[in-house]
Amino acid sequence: MTEIADILISASFWAAVLRIASPLIFATMGELICERAGVLNLGIEGIMVIGAFAGWMTVYAGGGLWTGVAVAMLAGMAFGALHGVLTVPFGLSQHVVGLGITLLATASAYYAYRLALPEVTNPPRIEPFQTLHIPGLSDLPWLGQALFSQTALTWAAFACVAIVALVLYRTPLGLALRAAGENPHAVEAQGLSVGAIRIGAVIVGSGLMAVGGAFLTMSAFSSFFFEMVNGRGWICIALVVFGAWKPGKALLGALLFAGFDALQVRLQQTGMGQVVPYQVFLMIPYLLSILALILMSRRARVPAALMTPFNRGER
Amino acid sequence: MMRLDPIAAPSPARTLGLPALAILATIALAAGLAAIAGANPLETFGLIVKGAVGSRFATLETLNRATPLIFTGLAVAVAFRARLWNIGAEAQLYAGALMTVVIGTQLGLPGPLAIPLMALGAIVAGALVLLGPVLLKTRLGVDEVVTTLLLNFIMALFISYLLEGPLKDPMGMGWPKSPALPRDARLPRIVEGLRLHWGFALALICAAGVWVMQTRTTLGYEIRAVGQNPQAARFAGIPVGRVLVKTALISGGLAALAGFSEVAGLKGNLTSDLSPDFGYTGIIVAMLALLHPLGVVVSALFVAGIFVGADSMSRAAEVPTYIADILLAAALLFMVLAILLTRYRVVRG
Repeated sequence: MTEIADILISASFWAAVLRIASPLIFATMGELICERAGVLNLGIEGIMVIGAFAGWMTVYAGGGLWTGVAVAMLAGMAFGALHGVLTVPFGLSQHVVGLGITLLATASAYYAYRLALPEVTNPPRIEPFQTLHIPGLSDLPWLGQALFSQTALTWAAFACVAIVALVLYRTPLGLALRAAGENPHAVEAQGLSVGAIRIGAVIVGSGLMAVGGAFLTMSAFSSFFFEMVNGRGWICIALVVFGAWKPGKALLGALLFAGFDALQVRLQQTGMGQVVPYQVFLMIPYLLSILALILMSRRARVPAALMTPFNRGER
Repeated sequence: MMRLDPIAAPSPARTLGLPALAILATIALAAGLAAIAGANPLETFGLIVKGAVGSRFATLETLNRATPLIFTGLAVAVAFRARLWNIGAEAQLYAGALMTVVIGTQLGLPGPLAIPLMALGAIVAGALVLLGPVLLKTRLGVDEVVTTLLLNFIMALFISYLLEGPLKDPMGMGWPKSPALPRDARLPRIVEGLRLHWGFALALICAAGVWVMQTRTTLGYEIRAVGQNPQAARFAGIPVGRVLVKTALISGGLAALAGFSEVAGLKGNLTSDLSPDFGYTGIIVAMLALLHPLGVVVSALFVAGIFVGADSMSRAAEVPTYIADILLAAALLFMVLAILLTRYRVVRG
């Protein structure tokens, strides 16, 4: 147990928690927006892959880091638009379309990567986002390293939660979006278009998912490699459920989850790692996600119209 | 915006023309992708077709690649028909492969006894892997999409642990792989001298079996009813939970047979790269077949041909082999849209 305590008082552990949480926060907010509007977006995994690739490729080709983030977001939004059109006005199965988008986006990223770098065996590196030095805060003893030594993209992830919460609960747009996921007929009665709101939500949400993917190649690591998203998208879907479709709770879930992830990596290096096979540690994130789903299954209230297509005129 | 109006009696031009249009759109996309890569689209297509069916070797390769896809495609088709979203065929496949290797290498049984036991063990293992998520769904309302997806990752790590630990081949020169099945515990070839094993025949038998189950049995009727409208099915006295559990056992068992057939028929041992996403590709196979079990055979052959052909093509031309994955994902999306439009008309308003 002292080993766990040692880990918990080390500043680098807390810095790692924030870093690991960042891509999950972006993508979880993205999925949350989609689902609050009534659309399950299973394209998330592939959209994260395309974001990771597009952001990295832009910088590798000579673009700036923020340009890379913007390109990643646009790429995600493009796949989001496709998802939105197929699932909203056409009302196709959100499961089938989502999985199709994941396969399409992933394959497109891999195709483009191989096209750009045909013979590469060692993935080339870019100069990623650097730690942002905040005068005063970053120099605090322990706290400075634990909480205030992050890249700008991590701060953007936290800002994103605040913005999503603000828009969802404090603006007419947020009200309309939530209503589209709860009671679409009421939205139509107000003279608003459920279709437009839902497509918009899927596009914006997909953009955020892609930024989550871009975080991996542009802040956490500095190269793009295959399989790097590694189920994070699916974990984010579990986090949305765990967070009961609320931004604040979902943020807590992502941090908690990142905490366990950072812990397992460090525990592998302790005496425990000698006894327990490393695969058991790597399983922890996936097992926790399933556990989170089970725990929340009775409590969380699913948006009433989630996965229900809306066809005007049908009652 | 737009609205969908049901068409009472779709014309044959519509029901045949739109899917044909979807295929044309996919081909056009493929041509575009090849052109982006700087290759001649027609030559690229030619190389893919030649690589898939251009020689006896190529055709047998395609049939071999189609075998696991028939199993996983059937697994998905059976489950999706009940609207049970089993995205975990990959995990079930590995569970089956694992059981096959354990029974085949650890028990020391003679072949004629070992092979049926291996198949049976695989089916049980795959069924159990899907049973968990389905019970969570029916008892607690936990969405099975995410749990089955996450199980794929957990299973991959479990297999990796076994291959580096208890199941590691001591003669494997350090590679993480299981010991090989003894000669007499392998599936024999259908025709001596041709590289095609009985797993393919078993896959065809399973497809026919699923078709009979769906069209001729009470369970088949119940599965369809549950898939069409669970509330109405419950109202009609169908035990929805029990039907879903039965569906899951069949679906998981079918996916596991893909693992059995790959290990016992083709590879002879278990490695962590036994399946290049056969489980996920099964979803495409099933959807392209419109969830029809006999259609699954045709669509598995088509999908396998695209993969084998693209592999062979990318060795000759400068087009990455991932063109196959893009094509199939696009074909899936085009096809579901085309099928919808055979039944609905888009109107403004």
